[in-house]
Amino acid sequence: MTPEASVLPTTGAKPGRYLTFMLGRESYGLPVLGVREIIRLCPITPVPRMPAYIKGVINLRGKVIPILDLRAKFQLSTESYGDRACIIVVQVGAPPAAVILMGAIVDAVEEVVQLSEAELEPTPDFGGSPNTDYILGMATIHGGVKTLLDLDRVFLKEGLLTLVPSQTPNPQNQTV
Amino acid sequence: MAAPQLNVPVLVRTSKILAQLGEELAFVEVGRDIGLLPINSLLMDFEELPRDDAPTIVTTGLAAARRLLDQILDGAGTFTDDSIRFLNEWHACMSSVLAAWERGTALPGIPATWHPSSAGVVTDSLPVTRPAASKTPAPPSVLEEPAIRLNLKEDAELLQEFHGESQELLQHIEQGVLVLEENPADADTINSIFRAFHTLKGGAGLLHLDALRDMAHDLESLLDAARRSELSITSEIINLILAGGDTLKHFTHEIGDQLQGLKPGDPIVVPTRQLRQRVQVTLRGGPLPAPRPTQAQPSLRTAAEHELTTSESTVTQAAAPASASAAPSATSATTQTARSDSSPKTESAAAFVKLDTRKLDSLVDLVGELVIAQSMVVQDPEVQRLSSRHLARTLRQLGRITSELQRTAMSLRMVPMSGTFRKMTRLVRDLAAQQQKQVQLVADGEETELDRNIVEELSDPLVHMIRNSIDHGIESPAARELQGKPALGTIRLSAAHQRGGIVIAIQDDGKGLDRDRILAKARERGLIKPDAILTEEETFALIFAPGFSTAEKVTDVSGRGVGMDVVRRNIEKLRGKIEIRSVAGQGTTFTIVLPLTLAIIDGMLVGVGTDRYIIPTLSVRESFRPRPGMVTTVHERGEVVSVRGRLTPLLRLGQHLGTPYRAVDPTEGIIVVVESGDVARGLLVDELLGKQEIVIKNLGATFQKQDLLAGAAILGDGRVGLILDVDTLVNCPRTNN
Repeated sequence: MTPEASVLPTTGAKPGRYLTFMLGRESYGLPVLGVREIIRLCPITPVPRMPAYIKGVINLRGKVIPILDLRAKFQLSTESYGDRACIIVVQVGAPPAAVILMGAIVDAVEEVVQLSEAELEPTPDFGGSPNTDYILGMATIHGGVKTLLDLDRVFLKEGLLTLVPSQTPNPQNQTV
Repeated sequence: MAAPQLNVPVLVRTSKILAQLGEELAFVEVGRDIGLLPINSLLMDFEELPRDDAPTIVTTGLAAARRLLDQILDGAGTFTDDSIRFLNEWHACMSSVLAAWERGTALPGIPATWHPSSAGVVTDSLPVTRPAASKTPAPPSVLEEPAIRLNLKEDAELLQEFHGESQELLQHIEQGVLVLEENPADADTINSIFRAFHTLKGGAGLLHLDALRDMAHDLESLLDAARRSELSITSEIINLILAGGDTLKHFTHEIGDQLQGLKPGDPIVVPTRQLRQRVQVTLRGGPLPAPRPTQAQPSLRTAAEHELTTSESTVTQAAAPASASAAPSATSATTQTARSDSSPKTESAAAFVKLDTRKLDSLVDLVGELVIAQSMVVQDPEVQRLSSRHLARTLRQLGRITSELQRTAMSLRMVPMSGTFRKMTRLVRDLAAQQQKQVQLVADGEETELDRNIVEELSDPLVHMIRNSIDHGIESPAARELQGKPALGTIRLSAAHQRGGIVIAIQDDGKGLDRDRILAKARERGLIKPDAILTEEETFALIFAPGFSTAEKVTDVSGRGVGMDVVRRNIEKLRGKIEIRSVAGQGTTFTIVLPLTLAIIDGMLVGVGTDRYIIPTLSVRESFRPRPGMVTTVHERGEVVSVRGRLTPLLRLGQHLGTPYRAVDPTEGIIVVVESGDVARGLLVDELLGKQEIVIKNLGATFQKQDLLAGAAILGDGRVGLILDVDTLVNCPRTNN
């Protein structure tokens, strides 16, 4: 389609099975291989002085894992999560040494779909406005368009592994 | 018989075999089979060597020796005067053949006894004494120190096992030697040291660590001679054993380093030749006329022996006259130490299972989770509404099993302090001798168990503090007597369960800390203002300041560049605390308080807004609700709270963390005074929610770069609680505004 300006190969998405989910009114997909489990939304302990898209940590059967707010991460409109909201627990990093479990809050989980080559399309060039680095590609299925996400880039790039707390207290929380 | 062509590798291997044969021959004796099998296998090795180009005499000699050995093996199975004599002569002759062959000089003639018809028939019936064996068997090629090459690829697992095992054995040997020092005739101890060397030899042999095996073999022989009362344990022999143990330790240390990849897999060369020679000389010295007193009498040493002694024995020698009167009581303490743990060790040795510590850690973690899950079930409102007595009983049963399981799991990681204490015994012995002081170490509570991770980390600080005590605390015997104290100084090392943790105390009866000198030094180093007035407690705390040292002379101890600041840092890393008490002229006591395990701490749960945080209880000095007027602002920014007349900077935790909080007016909240090192800071929180034991969790790689939090824990309701890093909070710049 359009020549891609990003360093990312245009058709990063490979045919295979994807877990699709909703963020707001948009539909997204993650390669199912990286998904460990889906759990109900549970109480999240906020971690102070972290970027807004780090919701905090939860207790996953004794393991403390960080939770990302994908809506905040993609700068979507923020609203409170509804009944169908849940946490997708993914495994990122190269096994076996550097595997990290992380969770992402999504508005609703849809289904697992098998995507064929024909259904995949490269990421269109948005002129850099939405950052498309972590988008594998797009898929048109059941008449809808789904954005396929690159697990490692969503969860690991952007320096997630080297999260440095903000030096000053988070202003949005400075309500006394 | 012109000199045939030289095949160097074969020659080297031959001379090695001959050297080993010489060693084995030194131990054979009439009517016994000691050495028979090793000699036989060495001979087989010899026979297997290619010797197409060897002189005929070698082949003839081999055949003769083979006939004799077969005769012994088929017959009585023990050596006779004749066979020993034959073998010794055979060995001497073979050695000279080899030397001549190597040099290309004329070979000696074939002895008559080597011909088939005369094998084993030796007419001379003169009793052969052992010195006859000392034909200095070492051919030129063994003069080089043997090197060990590890097969890290294939043997890694075995080496790992051997490494761990040998460390235990060497420690065991060392402790045994200390017992022998007191009671040279203690047969049990001699036996146990013998067995330890034997096991080491076996392990080393299995892994083809030849130099190590040979060294262990020599030492084993030494102990064997002592076991059979042919050799009485003198201080020389004790020093030999210690030096041998140190050499072996050196080997295992190198092996350990290579296993961990700290060092490249180069061949390991540790000088053993000289020491082995000493051992062999001692062995061939034949039975000693009478047991000598244990205390080294320098005058009894011959010049030759003198030359051979290592620095260690020289040290003992120097100290011996000084410690002659003190030694009996000094070692009685160490003997107790050894005795008390030697019995449990032998009975439990058979029941040990080697275990990967990671498995252990994960087991302990899981059990921690189980305990929390169990309490969640019991406290669940739904469950509590039920009135089934059967369920209540089952839940109680579950609770009992869970806590029993937790205790057991925790105990798996616990090891007694005795190993560490044992090391200290040796340290005190060496250091005291080195400084010509008389010091006894009295150990108390060595059976106290502690998390093995803590025990490992504790060793260095303890070594340092004991060094300090001997270096700066305990006076010289003369000075002590002048003050009316016994010449023999005492360092008391104790461990005990107390205050919900472990308390380790190092107490000496030396001169105590010199307040004036500490203050002078601190002023000189600019650690305090010239006119500062400090309490005694604060003065003593100065010795923990980085770069502080009151040592007047730089010894190898105080000159190491590690000071008490490192000690304190290490202790704090273990979430522990260290305190000093000192009375001039009477001594100093260091008290270390440590948590029982690294995985579980006592935490204080505080609330800030809707969030909860955990503060390690060990860091909390006090907590109180401030009265009006206790909190004052400075420049409208910094806040201080006055606690009993002392001003402590205040940090509003909610503000600092950037989370909502309620206690805008400090009197509505609680101030928790935390300390790290000697710095304290008040933390203003909304409320205290209680204290609880928590299992510490790692926050994981995601939060590695932040330093606000020391970790996380699962709280009773299953949610995650964050543990504050007190160190950061105390030391962060005061940015309150």
